[in-house]
Amino acid sequence: MITFSEIAAQGYTKRKFKNRLMCLLFFVAALVALTPLFSIMGYVFIKGVGSINWSFLTQLPAPVGESGGGMANALVGTCVLIVLASIIGMTSGLATGIYLSEYGRGKLATIIRFSADMLSSVPSIVIGLFVYILIVRPMQSFSALAGGVALGVIMIPTIARSAEELLKLVPASVREAGLALGLPRWKVTIWIVLKGSLSGIITGVMLAIARVAGETAPLLFTALGNRFWSWNLTQPIGSLPVQIFTYSISPFEEWHRQAWAGALVLVLLVFSINLGARFVFRPQISRD
Amino acid sequence: MDMQPIVRVRKLNAWFGAAHAVKNVSLEVEPHSVTAIIGPSGCGKSTFIRCLNRLHEEVPDARAHGEVFLGDTNIYGEGIDPVVIRRKIGMVFQKPNPFPAASVFDNVAAGLKLAGIRKKALLMERVERSLRHAALWDEVKAKLGSPGMSLSGGQLQRLCIARALAVEPSVLLMDEPTSALDPIATKKIEELIVNLRKEVTIIIVTHNMQQAARISDRTAFLLLGELIEFGATSEIFTVPKEKQTEAYITGKFG
Repeated sequence: MITFSEIAAQGYTKRKFKNRLMCLLFFVAALVALTPLFSIMGYVFIKGVGSINWSFLTQLPAPVGESGGGMANALVGTCVLIVLASIIGMTSGLATGIYLSEYGRGKLATIIRFSADMLSSVPSIVIGLFVYILIVRPMQSFSALAGGVALGVIMIPTIARSAEELLKLVPASVREAGLALGLPRWKVTIWIVLKGSLSGIITGVMLAIARVAGETAPLLFTALGNRFWSWNLTQPIGSLPVQIFTYSISPFEEWHRQAWAGALVLVLLVFSINLGARFVFRPQISRD
Repeated sequence: MDMQPIVRVRKLNAWFGAAHAVKNVSLEVEPHSVTAIIGPSGCGKSTFIRCLNRLHEEVPDARAHGEVFLGDTNIYGEGIDPVVIRRKIGMVFQKPNPFPAASVFDNVAAGLKLAGIRKKALLMERVERSLRHAALWDEVKAKLGSPGMSLSGGQLQRLCIARALAVEPSVLLMDEPTSALDPIATKKIEELIVNLRKEVTIIIVTHNMQQAARISDRTAFLLLGELIEFGATSEIFTVPKEKQTEAYITGKFG
């Protein structure tokens, strides 16, 4: 006669084996998914690291035909564009997020929320086109300003929706506690609710920045590109993605090498923003 | 107890949409007393006290009608700003609800700071006094700068009491303040409520009849939104006048 413990033991071994097998399959699947990521990173690193040196980071591009030179203008240009974009994306995005979470009710809020979701799925080149019509044409010049607006518009829905979700995580009872202290709602919203979820919101903003830092298409016909220093926001400005694009479609071997170096710098920039975002967001100890 | 009542409620009604949650309740509360509101779940206890600082109306679709006098002022009178009323009538909630990402000190000082008080010395003095009244000072004086969330559940609720006291209200509303706490933390809060009577008038909602009997001077029994009986706690729990009160306190329903 077979005892209960024998049956139990049989089932156990079988189940344990299945469990291990599934575990292995998932591991392999994860590996397959990660392979492109690591191969891209690795390839960019191998191709780019040789051309990165001090002059690449600090000098202007060399004239065509001469060797040397760098992408300092593009690096600075990307930073300028990011700052401009952040000003637009943060003010508008945060305001929208606060409205949706704290005040928005009924149809209007639904429409705004839907529009934000739509906006985030609009191809970035279309947004570039929109800014081209809105700013470049009337000003009759490509400009850093137009580039910043294009990137800023791309940031708005990401920031708005992440801010909304994070503000909604603050329990309603916390808002009531603020109101019960005799504080007006706007003070409760800004100094208690917003302040309380600031680390998460900063993370959202940084992720939005990381996303637009590598955008190329909307910059092609807004910021255009510039081989020289540009401190005038109404003039075209260089940026890493556009510089990488122009260099890599050029026929010069030297430029190809520099494009790889630029790509590596861009990847590292985005990577460090992402890492920074992780560092900022250390969740609060929650008891609920 | 021959003083002028500090809170007088007259024919107070409250609704959530079409649901009539509080029906024609009238009662008076003496200063420096503890008044308990008891009744089965869903009888309108919480809604009732949330009307007393006009917090009820902050919920969508909620409205209230009637008169509530704080001293001589009808807080439902025309042109009365609920924000100003809430500075005079504080509230402690069912679950501890500290402000996120704020230190112990900032939690208690929030009401003052956001009302524009900037003087460090004054803030420190008020924070210490509030924490002492909330019987929390000795436990947190060494860690005023650490996050509020680092305290235990019972400490958090006392932190919330200190926060409410810091703006020096004349009435403190408490909505089942111990229902989320263990017996030891509950005992501490009951003790501090009894002592707090010297500072503020307390109106406390509780689903725990023993608690009402232990700490309150007068007790109001609500049933389905109506005030069934209101009187001295000693009488309500020994010689209730109404059949329904007797049935409830003897555990026949609830």
